[in-house]
Amino acid sequence: MSDMFSYTFMQNAFILTALASIACGVVGSLITVNRMSSFTGSIAHASFGGLGLAYLLGVHPMIGATVFAVGSALGIGALSGRNRIGSDTAMAALWATGMAAGLVFIKLSGTYTSDLMSWLFGSLMAVSRTDLFLTAGLDVVVLGSVILFYKEFLGISYDLEFTRIQGVPVWFLRGLFLVLAALTTIVLMKVTGLIMVIALLTIPASIAERYSSSLRKMMVLASFLSLLFGIIGLFIAWWLDLPSGAAIILVSSIAYFLVLAHR
Amino acid sequence: MVLLELRNVTAGYNRDHPAIENVDLSVEKNDFIAIIGPNGGGKTTLLKVVLGLLIPFTGTVKVFGKEPVHSRKNIGYVPQVIPSRVFPVSVLDVVLMGRLGSSGFFRRYTDRDRAIAVEKLEKLGVFNLAGKRMDQLSGGQKQRVLIARALAGEPKLLLLDEPVASVDSETQQSFYNLLAGLNSRMAVVLVTHDVGAVSSHVKSIACINRHLVSHGETISEKDVARAYGCPFELVAHGVPHRVLGARKDGSHV
Repeated sequence: MSDMFSYTFMQNAFILTALASIACGVVGSLITVNRMSSFTGSIAHASFGGLGLAYLLGVHPMIGATVFAVGSALGIGALSGRNRIGSDTAMAALWATGMAAGLVFIKLSGTYTSDLMSWLFGSLMAVSRTDLFLTAGLDVVVLGSVILFYKEFLGISYDLEFTRIQGVPVWFLRGLFLVLAALTTIVLMKVTGLIMVIALLTIPASIAERYSSSLRKMMVLASFLSLLFGIIGLFIAWWLDLPSGAAIILVSSIAYFLVLAHR
Repeated sequence: MVLLELRNVTAGYNRDHPAIENVDLSVEKNDFIAIIGPNGGGKTTLLKVVLGLLIPFTGTVKVFGKEPVHSRKNIGYVPQVIPSRVFPVSVLDVVLMGRLGSSGFFRRYTDRDRAIAVEKLEKLGVFNLAGKRMDQLSGGQKQRVLIARALAGEPKLLLLDEPVASVDSETQQSFYNLLAGLNSRMAVVLVTHDVGAVSSHVKSIACINRHLVSHGETISEKDVARAYGCPFELVAHGVPHRVLGARKDGSHV
């Protein structure tokens, strides 16, 4: 084990996993109680279009992905107006369009495909200092927002209409939530890639939802669970020489099915 | 004192086919009104207009003499209970949502907010449930919690959407007694599609099916049968006879 931690890249992988689990648990809980997992999947896949465009234009792929993710999140939010966010059809269309556009842009840009694999499936073994700072920054923004607006976030998630009638600026909070969800999706792509990020956001939160008496406790428990799954997944990936993102997701889903079977 | 006044209100989502048309309604202090109508008859639209969530095409709406949006604090809104809703929130936290408007942005709930929430839970007889998860409650218990939440904003008008849908027939009686008790300090307006669920505690009935017809306090079977504002199927079901017939001799309930 000491062997494992003697490598800087492994240390970084563990630090990033720990940092990511905070935002993952908090934002994942909000996504789960709002029943918006397909929304998150769409955002993640839409961001692939942004990645492709960034490669084509020669800017940092993260910028392209973020712009597309935030843009599509706010776009869906605005389109769905006052009701529940996103219709199934719009989600599916966005999901596939993002992927298609990304593939076309990437073909046009002539990028080498192994670069793409890390966006699709994660790259925990290649975490840079910038990644660590970005993830820590996201944690600060997410925790800050949730601490400042906890009662409002709870209100819009539980009963949007009633909360609006109370005079709460619902449009602002919903927009903030959508932006947080999009940013978290992008940052977590480092861990599992855009294909599996939806599981990372929703599995720990879904387990936590069953055992929590409040949204606050759910956020704490979900963060703890994603930390636990992340660490176990990393150990397994190291010992069995498996892809780390996949190992983390498998650990999470095994835990999820055990919980389902238990009840 | 007129708390709520609608004059010639036409509203909906399609100007050519408004959900409600030329509706006049006035609610005064101490009123206890049941507005009945079929699904799709404009009940939800009417509620949204009163709550300021929907701007009418024509006509005026005044809540406590002001635009609905500026007068929301005076209305306690009790939405329909969604039975299967799963959500990790405690009963106390739900009731505290009724203080969102009073406690303000960027602030935490104060001790006063908590004290008011507890007081309303006690008043509704569900304080023992305060720490329970909302989704572990029965329909009737949820209903009481949602009323407590509405009361937490200290309103002068209580507005209930399909309040008896989640209450079984045995507890319906005590539920109406509760509303009648609240009615001594505030006006109560409930909206329902279920005529059979309207108790004689209600002081007046109005029927809505795009148009609204008020029947005032002296309602009889004949009134309802004559009122084309009332949907035929409701009358034809014969359900109103139970309520209205009982009211004639004054013995019911």
